[in-house]
Amino acid sequence: MLKTDIAIIGAGPAGLNAAISAASMGAGVLLLDRDEFVGGQLIKQTHKFFGSREQHASTRGIDIAGLLHEKVKEYKNIELRLGATVLGYYPDGVITAEYQGRLLKIKAQRYIVATGAAEKSLPFPNNDLPGIYGAGAVQTLTNVYGVLPGQRVLMVGSGNIGLIVSYQLMQAGVEVAGIVEAAPNIGGYLVHAAKIRRAGVPVFTSHTIKEAYGDSVVQGAVIWQLDEKWQPVPGTEKDIKADVICVAVGLTPLTELLWQAGCKMKFVSQLGGHVPVRDENMMTTMPDIYVAGDVSGVEEASAAMVEGKIAGLCAAASIGCSTGEFDELRSRALSQLAELRSGPAGEKIRSGLKLLV
Amino acid sequence: MLIKTGVPTEGDIQRVTPSPERMAGGPVAVIECFQKIPCNPCYLSCKQGAIEEFKDINDLPGIDHGKCTGCGICIANCPGLAIFVVDYTYSDNEGLVKIPYEYLPVPEVNSRVAALNREGQEIGTARVVKVQRIKGQERTPVIWLAVPRDLVMSVRNIRVGGQQ
Ligand SMILES: Cc1cc2nc3c(=O)[nH]c(=O)nc-3n(C[C@H](O)[C@H](O)[C@H](O)COP(=O)(O)OP(=O)(O)OC[C@H]3O[C@@H](n4cnc5c(N)ncnc54)[C@H](O)[C@@H]3O)c2cc1C
Ligand code: SF4
Ligand code: SF4
Repeated sequence: MLKTDIAIIGAGPAGLNAAISAASMGAGVLLLDRDEFVGGQLIKQTHKFFGSREQHASTRGIDIAGLLHEKVKEYKNIELRLGATVLGYYPDGVITAEYQGRLLKIKAQRYIVATGAAEKSLPFPNNDLPGIYGAGAVQTLTNVYGVLPGQRVLMVGSGNIGLIVSYQLMQAGVEVAGIVEAAPNIGGYLVHAAKIRRAGVPVFTSHTIKEAYGDSVVQGAVIWQLDEKWQPVPGTEKDIKADVICVAVGLTPLTELLWQAGCKMKFVSQLGGHVPVRDENMMTTMPDIYVAGDVSGVEEASAAMVEGKIAGLCAAASIGCSTGEFDELRSRALSQLAELRSGPAGEKIRSGLKLLV
Repeated sequence: MLIKTGVPTEGDIQRVTPSPERMAGGPVAVIECFQKIPCNPCYLSCKQGAIEEFKDINDLPGIDHGKCTGCGICIANCPGLAIFVVDYTYSDNEGLVKIPYEYLPVPEVNSRVAALNREGQEIGTARVVKVQRIKGQERTPVIWLAVPRDLVMSVRNIRVGGQQ
């Protein structure tokens, strides 16, 4: 049985920041990730981030992962284990993990769950044809492994992920046939949209995919327009040839461990699905379990990093660790978070959190 | 409309275009950022103090074109790639447009490239005058393009060589 003060599950931006903050308070930290590298979603992100300087705006996601990794290495009281998949939480407060073919048992005084989110899919006829991917898979293939998914991509979804992945595909030399968006307006940031528009990619707002077609692999799709009541308008069909259809219709929190642990969960559509009920300090209804990042509501890396800081600080404080700066660090992080969410782009998150915290 | 098409309207562009007097005075930044998002590197990167301090990180950037020298540092620091520098004083019949460009290949100096507008349509030819690498943002080269004067406010992208 491995013993530690705080075990953190997931080494994305939220988990890395939680580890750094908890360790800076003097806590012993065990940081686990099922991947072979740290950074979570960040390692796929070759574009420059928004947000504020304090959360590394203007730096590319992948470089942020590197910066945080270096910081983690500076702390002797952080033990990082990669390739460790956490499997379950047991009533005696023990978690198990699969690590190098072995089963690990871990007992920590506090857990911080920072497992991120999983992609949603979209039902349409023939959506099981080879060549139809989630945006995360396309990004992983292209940006992590250097493998192009195909030659001509039809993107479904104009949120930031759909827009950014379209841009990254073009940078990799793949043609983007267009972006299909069911809503009347573009969902992601308009500066991202302008970037792909001036590269000549059309955005079909108020359109959805009617069906994909192809013999043994996808060869294209038929899209059609939606009216104000989101009903398809017959006669508006367009045929778009593509050897890849990339589905980017949103993420949903990866909450299995929290369900299993018995944390109180609530469905909040603005946050991406079922999310854990927690307080301002990121503590769930189980006093030994904290959360941070997309698992507690699908948002942005900038917010995930600040939530990680708060969870790390508060979990460490709850087991008696202290530094003179705790109050100041905590209140600064809380106000950063409020600021990030204060504008029109944060409206959805704010309304979701009202139902939760 | 921008939110439906992703392309700013003429009205949008007019609101952020420097005055004719300022345009006649040499290089100046045009910030094509029209939506409140939590982002402020443009302000933080401008050494001239031309971009107003953000009271709230969601503010739209405000620029004092009088203080702007057109240095282009903000171009490479804006994660939205939404800032351009225009210069009507470049030569008698050509103006200069500086754009951020994150595709490969990076064009060669003195080469001719297709000049594209905000919808990606080819509207003319541009000559590459310089490829500027801003410190700390070397992977977002700023390409200086000489274009016919009447296209200065329309050219916002290029197509290099055989790339589609
Ligand atoms: C294309 C794209 C563009 C984006 N652009 C921006 C942007 O410009 N600005 C911005 O602020 N945000 C952006 N984001 C959002 C940002 O990437 C996420 O909000 C952020 O990564 C969430 O961080 P996280 O730490 O909560 O989760 P993740 O980054 O998803 O990390 C979770 C980690 O947990 C691990 N894990 C999960 N389950 C287990 C388990 N059972 N055992 C062990 N490990 C586990 C995973 O392997 C992963 O490493 C973008 C996202 C995408 C997809
Ligand atoms: S071009 Fe230079 S002076 Fe003008 S706003 Fe940008 S950074 Fe400031
Ligand atoms: S840095 Fe760019 S995207 Fe961000 S606020 Fe400034 S102009 Fe807009």
